[in-house]
Amino acid sequence: MRAVDAVMECLKAEGVDVVFGLPGGANLPTYDAFVDAGIRHVLVRHEAGGGHAAEGYAKATGKVGVSLGTSGPGATNLVTPICDAMMDSVPTVFITGQVRTDLLGTDGFQEADTIGITMPIVKHSFMIQHPLEIPRTIHEAFYVARTGRPGPVIVDVPVDLSRADVPYEPVSDVHLPGYQPTTDGNAKQIRQAAKALAAARRPVIYAGGGVVAANASRELLELATADRFPVTCTLMGLGAFPAPHDQWLGMLGMHGTRAANYAMDEADLIVAVGARFDDRITGKLSEFAPRAKFIHIDVDPAEISKNVPAHIPIVGDARNILAKLAVEYRAQEADGARLEEWWQRIRAWQERHPLRYEDSTDSEIRPQRMVQALYEATGGDAIVTSDVGQHQMWAAQYFHFNRPRRWINSGGLGTMGFGLPAAMGAKVGCPDETVVCIAGDGSVQMNMQELATCAQDGIAIKVFIMNNGYLGMVRQWQELFWDKRYSHVDMGSYPDFVKLADAYGATGMRFTDKNTLVDDMREALATEGPVLVDVRVTQEENVYPMIPAGQAARDMVG
Amino acid sequence: MGEPGTKEILSLEELDAVAGLRTGRKHVLSILVENKPGVLTRIAGLFARRGFNIDTLTVGPTDEDRLSRITLTVDGALHPIDQVTKQLHKLVNVLKIRDLEPSDTVARELALFKVAVDGAQRAEVMQICEIFRGKVVDVTRRSMIVEITGTTDKIEAFEKMVRPFGLIEMMRTGEIAISRGRSET
Repeated sequence: MRAVDAVMECLKAEGVDVVFGLPGGANLPTYDAFVDAGIRHVLVRHEAGGGHAAEGYAKATGKVGVSLGTSGPGATNLVTPICDAMMDSVPTVFITGQVRTDLLGTDGFQEADTIGITMPIVKHSFMIQHPLEIPRTIHEAFYVARTGRPGPVIVDVPVDLSRADVPYEPVSDVHLPGYQPTTDGNAKQIRQAAKALAAARRPVIYAGGGVVAANASRELLELATADRFPVTCTLMGLGAFPAPHDQWLGMLGMHGTRAANYAMDEADLIVAVGARFDDRITGKLSEFAPRAKFIHIDVDPAEISKNVPAHIPIVGDARNILAKLAVEYRAQEADGARLEEWWQRIRAWQERHPLRYEDSTDSEIRPQRMVQALYEATGGDAIVTSDVGQHQMWAAQYFHFNRPRRWINSGGLGTMGFGLPAAMGAKVGCPDETVVCIAGDGSVQMNMQELATCAQDGIAIKVFIMNNGYLGMVRQWQELFWDKRYSHVDMGSYPDFVKLADAYGATGMRFTDKNTLVDDMREALATEGPVLVDVRVTQEENVYPMIPAGQAARDMVG
Repeated sequence: MGEPGTKEILSLEELDAVAGLRTGRKHVLSILVENKPGVLTRIAGLFARRGFNIDTLTVGPTDEDRLSRITLTVDGALHPIDQVTKQLHKLVNVLKIRDLEPSDTVARELALFKVAVDGAQRAEVMQICEIFRGKVVDVTRRSMIVEITGTTDKIEAFEKMVRPFGLIEMMRTGEIAISRGRSET
């Protein structure tokens, strides 16, 4: 069969039921194969939209997201989603077309060195050099993408090779001698960790996106409730621990709760699971959790002691390790009463410093109120994606995620324009779920075009734009740290999102009154098809509390 | 704050890990890789991304067709080595990495020296060459080329000796290294 038909067989064998892509000259053969393949293909309007949709799909379902693009500009448009998937460890496979082999390196039409351009931002990449390699390579790509620490894998296929006639045999054994991720944690280390936990007076569990990726939420809860361990999650980890919960401290980091950050600051033992001590978590590294010892559980050995030295490193799959750690901990028969003093201290912080904002006295919608209203309108039962900026932080603070894979955002790379296409991917993956996107008026315009895709394919996402007329987060920084000298952050009231929605074939709405907001939102959620809502909020509101960049948790303001 | 915990907690003190520490010595990394296009770029890219300077780099075939051996030296006094070796391990095409202990390693380098010599000087250079077990591989009326194999120290010593005669140019391969004893590098 043609190599491209073999590609389709491989995709089916990998359980792929949908791909997001855009055809072009160098992947014409692949697109011809789609005609008869029986795999759903969502035609996106820009490859970046397709890439982020694949990420949204992967994050919502836990399966590998697949995105396709042609050579040259098709591939370079995928660069941002690829980098995003790398930073947030999203299992994705990108299949790009490439110019025919005799044109390689000659600046052929629509030629770009895709493998070279993406080398530092992929988990792995394959350049097909012989048509016979194609089936095995596709399987290897999926294997690498979903195992160990998940990530993006690229397969670059020169167009002439994709037209070759190859024998296809199903590949069931993928063996990469240089790639053998560790899954089982070292038993001795786990016992050591259990002992340390049993001895700790002021422990904190600090859980990241790795817990979600490893499907280890149940095990996390099991460990946390094996005693009364306080739990905080990173932005990427929200939902890994069921919020609200008696032991839940809220998110930590730059815009985390005071209780979470102060607890980290005073902890004597921190259990980091699937988290990587990002600078948005640690603030000033030298003053981060100065009294703590660290147990660091991660599937990626390169994360251990990268930023913060781990006293007890445990490399392996979080699910596996957390389950064993809970058992080992119980065997220690530690006295739960030793945590009483610690909890009193934490409760005092929680009471003194809850997340709060000053509501308007008129009908103006505060952005925080908007998130609360959405939580109310959805009953908390929704997959929520976001873009990047103030709205993202408010969503993380005020929407409570009681399950994993319900909060989908771009954490590491911080990609504006992520939310809308990610919602599209999530909705395709989970058609029975309510999928909402909390977007910024700046961010949403970066991948607005996918609204057309949603309209055409009937992908019923509900996008709520938190419209403050500014690039809000940048404005906030300019206000706080640059003497309020606003430089190019005013977006005015352009475009008219309601008209735009209409032009795209979606439903447009505009909400301006906080008193009717919840009901208005319910109406938007009940409207069929994709909906774009322009929610006008307070223009100059700041995200608080905040650890100013480069400072310590103790220096939180607001 | 910070009152000492129980025994177990105290015992953790001893576990204080060292991360990002500069070792102060030269590191010879022996990296066994799959012989595939782009592997060298991936490896070099990891060093470049961290602003690390690779001192020497050699790549060659091994006894197995599908594998190549990269020997790479980097200064541990300038760069923390452990992060980069961990990252190297993550590359799918990298099979094995060894940070070779100098005392447990046989390392050799090949160098070619083109020295400006005439008349009386020639004999003197040839004498030095003999002491260093070098080989004269080309001679013209006003220059000669000497081939030297040995440790980096030896080559540097030879360079010091012949430089005063007028060193026209010099080329070095960079070290290749293999571990002592029966076990594989």
